[in-house]
Amino acid sequence: MLALIPALPLAAVAVNLILGDRLGRRGTAFLACGAVFASFVLAALSVIHLASLPPGARTMVADVYTWMRVGDFKVDVAFLLDPLSSVMVLVVTGVGFLIHLYSVGYMAHDASFRRFFLYLNLFMFAMLTLVLAKNFLVMFVGWEGVGLCSYLLIGFWMDRPSAARAGMKAFVVNRIGDFGFLLGMLTLFAWTGSLDYERVFAAAPIVFHPGTLAITFATLALLLGATGKSAQIPLYTWLPDAMEGPTPVSALIHAATMVTAGVYMVARCHILFTMAPFSLETVAVIGAATALFAATIGVAQNDIKRVLAYSTVSQLGYMFFACGVGAFGAGIFHLMTHAFFKALLFLGAGSVIHALSGEQDMRKMGGLASRLPWTHGVMLVACVAIAGIPPFAGFFSKDEILSAAFASGHYGVWVAGLLGAVLTAFYMFRLYFLTFRGSSRLTHEAEHHLHESPAVMVAPLVVLAALSVVGGFVGLPFQEGGRRLTTLEGGAALERWLAPVFGEGGAAGASHAVPHLSFTTEWALIAVSVAAAAFGIAMASRAYAKAAGEPIAEKAPRLYGLLEHKYWIDELYDTIAVRPIRALGDVLWRFWDEKIVDGTVNGVAYVVEWASAVLRVFQTGFVGTYALFLTLGVAALIAHYLVR
Amino acid sequence: MMPFTMPSLIAVDWWALGAVIALSVGAMLLLVLEFVPAPPASNRGAFVTLLALLAAAGSVLEVRDARRSLFDGMFLHDGFTVFFTVLFCVIGAVAVLQSWDYVKRTRINHGEYYALLLSSTLGMVLMAASNDLITIFLGLELMSLALYVLVGFRRTRLDSSEAAMKYFLLGAFASGFLLYGIALLYGATGTTNLAKVAMFLADSPMIGNPMLIVGGLLLLVGFGFKVAAVPFHMWTPDAYEGAPTTVTGYMSAGAKAAGFAALLRVLLVAFPPLMSEWRPILSWIAALTMTVGNVTALLQTNVKRMLAYSSIAHAGYLLVAVVAGGLDGGSAALFYLAVYSFMNLGAFGVLALLGRGAEERVTIKDLAGLGFRSPMLGLAMTVFMLSLGGVPPTSGFMGKVYLFSVAVKAGLIPLVIVGVLNSVVSVFYYLRVTVAMYMQEPGAEPVEIAWAPSAAIAVVITLALTLWWGVQAQDLLTTAQRSILGLL
Repeated sequence: MLALIPALPLAAVAVNLILGDRLGRRGTAFLACGAVFASFVLAALSVIHLASLPPGARTMVADVYTWMRVGDFKVDVAFLLDPLSSVMVLVVTGVGFLIHLYSVGYMAHDASFRRFFLYLNLFMFAMLTLVLAKNFLVMFVGWEGVGLCSYLLIGFWMDRPSAARAGMKAFVVNRIGDFGFLLGMLTLFAWTGSLDYERVFAAAPIVFHPGTLAITFATLALLLGATGKSAQIPLYTWLPDAMEGPTPVSALIHAATMVTAGVYMVARCHILFTMAPFSLETVAVIGAATALFAATIGVAQNDIKRVLAYSTVSQLGYMFFACGVGAFGAGIFHLMTHAFFKALLFLGAGSVIHALSGEQDMRKMGGLASRLPWTHGVMLVACVAIAGIPPFAGFFSKDEILSAAFASGHYGVWVAGLLGAVLTAFYMFRLYFLTFRGSSRLTHEAEHHLHESPAVMVAPLVVLAALSVVGGFVGLPFQEGGRRLTTLEGGAALERWLAPVFGEGGAAGASHAVPHLSFTTEWALIAVSVAAAAFGIAMASRAYAKAAGEPIAEKAPRLYGLLEHKYWIDELYDTIAVRPIRALGDVLWRFWDEKIVDGTVNGVAYVVEWASAVLRVFQTGFVGTYALFLTLGVAALIAHYLVR
Repeated sequence: MMPFTMPSLIAVDWWALGAVIALSVGAMLLLVLEFVPAPPASNRGAFVTLLALLAAAGSVLEVRDARRSLFDGMFLHDGFTVFFTVLFCVIGAVAVLQSWDYVKRTRINHGEYYALLLSSTLGMVLMAASNDLITIFLGLELMSLALYVLVGFRRTRLDSSEAAMKYFLLGAFASGFLLYGIALLYGATGTTNLAKVAMFLADSPMIGNPMLIVGGLLLLVGFGFKVAAVPFHMWTPDAYEGAPTTVTGYMSAGAKAAGFAALLRVLLVAFPPLMSEWRPILSWIAALTMTVGNVTALLQTNVKRMLAYSSIAHAGYLLVAVVAGGLDGGSAALFYLAVYSFMNLGAFGVLALLGRGAEERVTIKDLAGLGFRSPMLGLAMTVFMLSLGGVPPTSGFMGKVYLFSVAVKAGLIPLVIVGVLNSVVSVFYYLRVTVAMYMQEPGAEPVEIAWAPSAAIAVVITLALTLWWGVQAQDLLTTAQRSILGLL
C-alpha cells in the first residue's frame, strides 16, 4: 500500500502522456487532482494504522524489489513510513492536493494546461519518493526528481527569457547542492558499507567516533546538499528568482514541500549530525543567519511574490536552526505549520495576482480588502499565523524553536531569531497593508477586470486558512488534558508522535537534547516572542496603514497636518527603524546578492569557459599536432617510469 | 614453440565458435551478393547482417555456461566472451536498424557498408575472446580497418574523408605502439599468451625491468587510443563528427567496449602482479580523461562533437572501474559498458533521424523546439541525455552509482571525488540539448525528421533498455558479475 502513495501520481503522469489531448481539460484536471487525492487518502489510512501500533514499533516498510545487490551491499526500492515521514507525507499529499485543486482555476486559461499538470504530478511522485524512501539512494532519486521538476516548472513560461534564466540559476545552484549530497552519501557508504537508513544509523555510532573528521565531513557534505535544496546561505539565491514560475508552483514547490526537503534530510540524519557537534553548530549558525538575513531583505521588496520568497528563505532558516540546536522535532513542527500558512500566502497572493490580471507590484495595489473579501480574509489569517500571534499555528512552532534555542544556551541564535520574528511580522503586515488596505492604486485596466477568484480557488484557501489557525494545536499537550497552555510538560502531541524517531528525551516539548526550562522562563519567553511579533505589526501598521479618504483634512487641517505626519513619530520611526532596516535590506540585497553571490557564480562559469576555450586551442584539427601529442603522451608515460 | 596440431573440436566448441563463423560467413556473403544486381531500395544487406548478428549471438548463448579454451589457448570461450559477444551483436543489430533507412537517405547504400559492419563486429568479438596478445592485435586491426573505411563512407563529403584519413593515420600510429609493446613483452616474458604471462610474472616478478615496463606502457597506449583516453583522444571529435551518424553511434559504443574488453582481460588476467605499477598511472589518466572530456564538451555547439567529448569523459569513468580492479571493478566496468553503449547509441540514433537527404543537422540550434514537434523523439533524447548525465532513474545513474560505490570500496576516494564533480558538471551540457528541445523556438528552417519504422524500433529498444536498467538493475548486475567471475 505504501508504494502506491508515490505510484498513483506517476500513473497519472503515464495516463496523461498516453491519452494526451484526448483527455480534455476537465479530464486532465480530474485525473491529476484525483491521483493526488487518492494518495492523500492512502497516506492518511497508513498513518492511522501506524498510530494504532505501539510507539516503539511505529514503522511500516514496503520492499518493492531489489534494485541492486553486490555481495552484502544491497539497495532495495523500498519505502518507509515512520512518524517522521508520516508528517511529511501528510503535508505533501494534503497541501499538494489543495494546490492541485487551486491550479485548476488558476491555470484555466493557460494554453499548456496539460503540460502543467503533467509536471505537477511528476513532482508529487518525486517528492513522495523522497520523503518515503527507506535508503539514501531512493531518496536521491526523489531529490533529483524534484529538482528536475522544479527546473521545468520555473521555466514553465519559457517564452519569458527571465523564466529560462531563473530556471538555469536554480539548476546551477542545485547542482552544487547535489554534489554535496552525493559526496556525503558516498562517504557514509565508504564507512558503513550500506545506504539503508537503518543500517547506516545503526552502524554510525560504531564506525565513527563522535566529532572525528570523517563524520564531520559526511554531515557537512550532506548539509551542503540541504542548503542547496532548502535555499540557505550560501545557496539561497535561486529561490527568489524561482518566482518566475506560476504561482501554484511557488506555493507547492518553493514554499510548502520541495524546499523543506533539506530540513527533512537533516532531521532524518539527526543521529549523524548529533555525532558531529561542529556540523550541528554550523547548521544552527547557517539557519539563524539565514533567518535574520532573509527577513531584512524581505522588508525591501515590492514584488508580492518576492516578499514571500525571502520570507520562505527566512522561515526555512528557523527550521534549520531548530535542527542545529538539537530541536529536530520543533524544526519538523515548524515545517508543517509553515507549509500551511506559506502555501496559503502564496495561493492568496496568486488570487490577488489573478484578480489583477497579472500585476505583482504592491505599489500598484491597495484597498483590495472589500473587493476581494475571501482572499483578504484568508490572507489576514495567514499573516497573523506567520507573525506568530497566538493561538495561530505559527506561534506555537516558532515559540518552540526560540525557546529551544534559549534553553540550549544558543543565546546569539536566539537573539537573531527574535529579531527575525520582529521583521517577519513587519514585512508580512507591510505586505498586508499595501495590498489590502489604504487607497486603491490600481491601474485603470486592472480596475476594470478586478474580480474575486472562482470557488475552485477559494475553497483550498479556506481549508488552508483553517489549518493555519488550528495547525499549531498539535504542539499542545492536549492528550494530557491540557492542564497548562504551554509546550512545557507532558510532551506536546507532535513531539510525542515523533519521539520514536528522535528519541525519548524527557518531558520537555522542544527536544531530547534541550534542557528543561523553568515554568516562569518559558512563559517569559512566550511573552517576549509575542511582544516581538506585536511590535513588528505595530510598526508596519504605523508605516503603511493609511486610510484611503481624508475626511479630517477638510474639517481640521491643522490636526490633519499633525495626523498626516502621524505626530512625526512615523518619521522618527522611519529614521531610526524603518529606513535603516530598509536601507540595510536594500544594500544587502543589491550588494550581497547581485555582486558577491551572483558574481561568484558567474566567476565560476567564466573560469570553466576559459578552460574550455584553452583546451579547444589544442584541438587544431591537424593530424600532425595530434600525433605529436600522442607521442608526447607516450614519452611522458615512459619517462615517468624510467626516470624515477 | 609447440608444433601446430589440428585442433580437435567437439560440439560445444562449434557452438562457441559459432559467433565468429556466422559473422565471417555473413561478411563474405554480403560481398559475394554484391555481384547479384538488386534494386536500389533493396534491404538485402541489412537483412543478411541482422541474421548473421542474431545467429552469432544465439550461438554463443546456446553454450553460455561452458568454458572452453581453443586453438592452443588463444581463443577463450567463457562468461566474459559471451557477455561481450552478445553485447557487440546487439550493438551491431541496433546500428543496422538505425542504418536501414539512413544509408538510403544519405545515398551511401552500398553492400560494403554492412560487410564492413560485420567485419568490425567480428574484430570486436575476437578482441574480447582472445587470450593472446597476437590475436587481440588481430581483432583490433580487423575492427579498426573496417571502421576507418566506415568513417569515410560518405565519400562525397570532405569532412568524412578527412576524418577517415586522420583516424587511419593516428590509428596506424597507435597500432605501431601496440605492436611494439607486444614485441617488448614477448622479449621480456617469452610468451604472448596472457595466462602464461601471468604465470611468468607470478614466478619471477621482474618489477622494474625496463623492457617489461615499457612494453606494458605501450600496450596501454594502444588500448588508450581505442577507448579514447586522454592524452590519446585527439582523433575522437574529428572522427566522430565526420563519420556517418549511424557509424559514429556504432563505433562510440562498440569500439569503446571492445577496447575495454581487451584492456580488462590483459590487466586482470596477465598483469595483476604489476597492479601497483599500472594503478597510479591509470588513475591519473582516468582523472584527466574525465575532466578534459567534460570541460571541453561544455562549449561545443555541434551535438555530435559534444557527444564525442562526452564519450571521452565516459571512458574516464570506465577507467575508474578498471583502476578499482578485481571482481568488483571488473563487473562495474561491464555493467557500465552495457549501460553506456545503449544510451549513447540511442542518442546518436536520434541524431541520425534529423535532416533531409544527405544533409546533416546536428547542431544545438537544429534541435530547437524538437520536443514539441515530435514528443516521442524529444522524450527519448531527454532520457538519453539524463542517463548520460547520470540522473536517476535511468541506467546511467545506476551505472555511476555502482561504479563509484565500487571505487569507494577500493579506497579510490580522490578519484571518486573527481568523478562525482565531473558528473555534476556534465549535466550542464547534456541539459543544453534538452533546453533547446523544450525551451527554444525552432529557427527559420525547422529540421526535418526522417522517421522510418526500423529507426523507430531502434529508438524504442535503446530507450527501453536505458529506462529498464535504471529501474531494475539487478539482472544486468548479476550477469556482469557472473561474466567477470570466469576471468579471475
